[in-house]
Amino acid sequence: MILYLLCLSLFCIGIYGVLRKRNLVKIIIGLGIIEYSMNLFFVLLGYRLHGRAPIDAQNQDILNMVDPLPQALVLTSIVIGLGVTALVISIAIRIYEKYGTFDITKIKKLKG
Amino acid sequence: MFNAHFIPLFVIIPLLGAFLVSLLGKYLKRAFVDIFSSLICFLLLAISFFGLITLRNSGTSVLAYKIGGWIPPFGICMVFDGLSAFMLLTVNLIAFFVCIFSLNYMEKYTDKPKFFTLFFLMLTGMNGLVVTGDLFNLFVFLEIASIASYALVAFGTEAEELEASFKYAIMGSVASSFIFLGIAFLYGFTSTLNMADMSRVLSTKPSTWLVPFVSVLFLMGFGLKAALVPFHAWLPDAHSSAPASISAMLSGVLIKTLGIYAMMRIFFNIFGMTSAYSSVLMFLGALSMIVAVILALSQWDLKRLLAYHSISQIGYVVLGIGLGTPLGILGGLFHLFNHSVFKSLLFLNSGAIDYSANTRDLKEMSGLKEKMPVTANTNLIASMSIAGIPPFNGFWSKLIIIFACLQKGYVGYGLVCVVGSILTLASFMKVQKYAFLGELKEKYKNLKEVPWAMKLSMISLAAICVLGGLLLLPSLKFFLNDAVNVLLEGRNYAGIVLGAASR
Repeated sequence: MILYLLCLSLFCIGIYGVLRKRNLVKIIIGLGIIEYSMNLFFVLLGYRLHGRAPIDAQNQDILNMVDPLPQALVLTSIVIGLGVTALVISIAIRIYEKYGTFDITKIKKLKG
Repeated sequence: MFNAHFIPLFVIIPLLGAFLVSLLGKYLKRAFVDIFSSLICFLLLAISFFGLITLRNSGTSVLAYKIGGWIPPFGICMVFDGLSAFMLLTVNLIAFFVCIFSLNYMEKYTDKPKFFTLFFLMLTGMNGLVVTGDLFNLFVFLEIASIASYALVAFGTEAEELEASFKYAIMGSVASSFIFLGIAFLYGFTSTLNMADMSRVLSTKPSTWLVPFVSVLFLMGFGLKAALVPFHAWLPDAHSSAPASISAMLSGVLIKTLGIYAMMRIFFNIFGMTSAYSSVLMFLGALSMIVAVILALSQWDLKRLLAYHSISQIGYVVLGIGLGTPLGILGGLFHLFNHSVFKSLLFLNSGAIDYSANTRDLKEMSGLKEKMPVTANTNLIASMSIAGIPPFNGFWSKLIIIFACLQKGYVGYGLVCVVGSILTLASFMKVQKYAFLGELKEKYKNLKEVPWAMKLSMISLAAICVLGGLLLLPSLKFFLNDAVNVLLEGRNYAGIVLGAASR
């Protein structure tokens, strides 16, 4: 249970970073933290205490297996997160070239 | 069995196109890239029609394709039913005309092959999302389409575009995280990812807290992708900053596939529609409709005005679908199709003005009708469609939605529809007055009409606007009715899909 609560607190830290920080880089870090908390949560769903890898072998009784599917899915999700982070960071670099600042309160050409 | 083999082509063709264009685009002549891209879009459109006809002739309501031959709850399957056929045809129709328009329009940007790469990736994501029968695949395709669209919004790499793209990317990623969390909860509860199987498990193993909780997560996630009103802040920036052909794509089909289609599929076919979701969707729809149209009235940037109208028209679609009655869903889906057509046409018009007169500000342009007759006339048709003037397609779908509201006794929502429509008319009269009527300014004396490819796509879309109402004719109505039936059958979806897949 405590692990799930830690996941939740990690998620809240990420949301705080995205909503409250003014620096673009810190917002991106917040986004990363949200993604990690999600991935951690999904892996935990499939985890069992003292479980082992679900590989079928002869002469072995497998009683306690870890669910492999969430791990495969989280791998995909990590790759997606990497793509988003790379794109967002490159946009942030271009924004710095145009505006000369990372402060979002000074980046406001769009209004209305 | 054999006739389901065309389904993966919806993903394979644009993905292959993106790969080849990005790899070889640098070494080939521009004309070849143009022909190749239009050919791919045409092929997709042809397959959409082929799929619609195959589904019609097969005598079943669902075609399922098993990837690698694995039986569905264990393997991945692709599902092609009435709703998928409807969405695929809408997406690929708009994509084809937008592609034709882009051939000339994108000349003013530097790198056309890269544009087509991202365009096809976005198309892969949208087509894949519509045909997939697996919840995690839905998430992956959603992310492919989203990431491609973040990059496309920033395509011009000017200050405003980058700012809009950053905002869109952050909000879109947070929305995706909520969707991912919802999928994780659903997987933890049902131990399956296949949508049909999930629906079956949920109906045999009822849960008091999980489904409402996950519904809220999905409502936040998909609501943000669809830009319903409390979550709409990114849309006016992103849609007005992107290149015009991409704005047409984003407003025309992306928010509908990523937001509305995914929401419909999950709420109707997996969870089963209840009166609680229904009232939430209807409230959000009515709110979007009225708030966005009021915000649109005060805009002077043409594309930003159109972007606010997208939010407002999405409100009609959500209200119609939220009603949950056959008539309401028919109206909602029909309005979805119509809105794709006329909103892409309006954005293409704004692109044409931008191409020739190099401005987006309504105060700057005046009397353009004299020099750009095709743009002006197609824009008039699209404006009348969106405002709901009788012979055009927008009128019929709005009328059906209003009737559906009255039929279920929601007179207030019906009234909101009418008021929203009148305010829409008011703001498009402003567009007509400032952009096309009045005196021609001195600096526009040498203005030229846009090249033929752009004209062709605008005229074709205008023709669909005029003829769109014919889809309600009894002989053509199956196109909409099949899609409505998929949503009406609700959780029976599970049995139908699993049955079709085991055949």
